[in-house]
Amino acid sequence: MKDFGPKKLLVLLRDGRKLMGILRSFDQFANAVLEGACERVIVGDLYCDIPLGLYVIRGENVVLIGELDMEREELPPHMIPVSAADIKRLCSFFICTSTIFVRLVCLVSMGKEAQKAERDATDLKGSMRRRMEFLDMD
Amino acid sequence: QLFFSYFKDLVGREVTVELKNDLAIRGTLHSVDQYLNIKLENTRVVDQDKYPHMLSVRNCFIRGSVVRYVQLPPEGVDVELLHDATRREARGG
Repeated sequence: MKDFGPKKLLVLLRDGRKLMGILRSFDQFANAVLEGACERVIVGDLYCDIPLGLYVIRGENVVLIGELDMEREELPPHMIPVSAADIKRLCSFFICTSTIFVRLVCLVSMGKEAQKAERDATDLKGSMRRRMEFLDMD
Repeated sequence: QLFFSYFKDLVGREVTVELKNDLAIRGTLHSVDQYLNIKLENTRVVDQDKYPHMLSVRNCFIRGSVVRYVQLPPEGVDVELLHDATRREARGG
């Protein structure tokens, strides 16, 4: 934990959320306490930092903890900050359209996928057996 | 314990860690622990445009449980040595 210093950190969570703040505490499970935490919500080229205050994060949700280099830009210059209300509306719209798109793709590929999945499973079993041969277990 | 020792010997090497969320990060292996948590230095994200929030991250801690692959330089791997060690582990358990 001493390696992190007083610097602002980026914490990536399993659900895709990006939290930022100052690390106040850390343990062997990667549980963390973030002070002055905010969530950076990004939709395309638009973003918004939503303040959260003091956060306790359960370690099992942590993907990565990164040190934000203060000498570099945190985000590419073409990105545009918007208000919290705007980003929330954009988020819902984005999720809506993505869901519709994914459902359509699924419907189209459902038939072909079942056959391919079976072929892939058989291939995988074969290749795994071959790769484990060096163990001389038999 | 086998891979913990193995990764300890790889400290200082350039590796690419691919996570279960498909994020891939290239960097120098700084340290590893018993849970195979990884600390990388001098990091660069593969496909940076897809992950704008990672732009200024140069050092990071990666929880072992989220790693899918650790890609190693082929010259850095002694396959025979690994095979022998794995065989021993599998037998002796």
